[in-house]
Amino acid sequence: MSPPLSRGFHRRHQTPAGEEGRVPPGQYVTQDFPVLSAGPTPHTPTEKWTFSIKQGGDTEKSWSWDEMRALPHEDVTVDIHCVTRWSKLDTHWQAVSIDTLLAQVEHDAGYVLAFCDGGYTTNLPLPDVTGGQAWVAFGYEGEPLPPEHGGPARLLVPHLYFWKSAKWVRGLELLDHDEPGFWETYGYNMYGDPWKEQRYEGD
Amino acid sequence: MDALDGNAIGGLLQEVFGHEMTAALATCGSCDWVGPVAETMVYVRAPGTVVRCRTCTRVLMVFAEVRGRKCVDLQGLAALQAS
Amino acid sequence: MEGTAVRGRLTWQVATVSELTDETATVRTIDLQVPDWAGHRAGQHLDIRLTGDDGYRAERSYSIASAPGEPVAITVERLEDGEVSPYLTEDLRQGDQFELRGPIGGYFIWDPARDTTPLLLVAGGSGVVPLRSILRYRERTGSTTPARLLYSARTLPDVIYRDELDRYNHDQGVDVIYTLTRQQPPGWTGRTGRVNAAMLTGIAWPASQNPLAFVCGPTSFVEAVAGALVGLGYPPGRVKTERFGATGAPGGP
Repeated sequence: MSPPLSRGFHRRHQTPAGEEGRVPPGQYVTQDFPVLSAGPTPHTPTEKWTFSIKQGGDTEKSWSWDEMRALPHEDVTVDIHCVTRWSKLDTHWQAVSIDTLLAQVEHDAGYVLAFCDGGYTTNLPLPDVTGGQAWVAFGYEGEPLPPEHGGPARLLVPHLYFWKSAKWVRGLELLDHDEPGFWETYGYNMYGDPWKEQRYEGD
Repeated sequence: MDALDGNAIGGLLQEVFGHEMTAALATCGSCDWVGPVAETMVYVRAPGTVVRCRTCTRVLMVFAEVRGRKCVDLQGLAALQAS
Repeated sequence: MEGTAVRGRLTWQVATVSELTDETATVRTIDLQVPDWAGHRAGQHLDIRLTGDDGYRAERSYSIASAPGEPVAITVERLEDGEVSPYLTEDLRQGDQFELRGPIGGYFIWDPARDTTPLLLVAGGSGVVPLRSILRYRERTGSTTPARLLYSARTLPDVIYRDELDRYNHDQGVDVIYTLTRQQPPGWTGRTGRVNAAMLTGIAWPASQNPLAFVCGPTSFVEAVAGALVGLGYPPGRVKTERFGATGAPGGP
């Protein structure tokens, strides 16, 4: 038996005309920037912040906040897609390419596991964080990235569902196997391609 | 964003456990905290629902809805006792 | 746990809007007709589910505003960026339908048979809704348990259920104290400013009377008040808390 329709009720945001091609299946466009979180917002002061690349239990390379900010960075404009079905078009970030960071480390890893303040993790294949597809973002819309959106810095990997763009990122662990992160452990897809609607395990 | 508490997922808990659970006593698997599920920290705006210990913030329970089916992971709890 | 109100599987049922009452400029009470309603306890809430004609669904939780024994009603505050609350407070009409399930909750409940010590109710904004259910139930059962409601609102026009709350008086064993945090009417002699330890010191029942406190409102409000009550000697187990989204309802707008 189908549920009663709530007369006149509709979702708050509609995809703007002409933008449908930019929106993956099952998504709708929002003008907001919803704050989704699995835990309390960390507040790491930049004086204490570091970003590390680890391999086999060792820290291969680490940058302080000042060192990270001294690296070449770029303005990036991308669409982002959350697994909870909202998409936001033309978001502007200021970010350091992961290519820049990985260039300073010798490795033959096939995968990375991003780790973050608060304990969150997420996994990605190495080819998905290189080739200009991924960044460490410290600025959003011209301002320092606010804590509720992942500041001081977050991962930005816009071609995958946004749970892969880990907030409060503190580093990448280089691995030879694909290790499920936080949401992947609870049934979300290991890869997360929004264009193939890879939301859950087995999609 | 501020966390809610276990009251906010009363319906979800009853759906998953088949019984009212906000008054159930939870024991944190990481620290010594024992208290009603209603007094845990709950994050509902996420790909899933995350329930954390208010004392040590470690994850107690995670609920995810995968292809319409609700899944729950309780590994963070040492015990959960319905009243 | 006794009573059909807390046991068993929750099922979605169809509710029909029977009456709409504007409480303030942004707050509306919705009386509902629910054919298989099992009754509820004071302080419980229910979940509602709206389905648009494109199949889009939204779920929210609302505290039950009416007392056990009265027809089920919810009170909803319209939140500016909300998706559901503007619909419920502006578009909904008598006869409209949506799904609901409930009653829900076994912790944030006042039971006059069990809870006979002085009652302290502390409300932040729309957190007054479940506490009003408790006060109405106290009256319906003829309870003589002394009760005090401390209700924090931005302005006097924002006070929900004002006429009803103003009718309580000390002789009936109920004190209602407002504190207006943003603006007061001319000549206001009542309290102003946020609820804090100093204000509670003068209003909360002494811990020696083994009072039972219910605190409801936005998360930051609840944390501040609960912390202050524990500081006044209330055992944590005697301070029941229910946090609403910073935006006003359990679970969000």
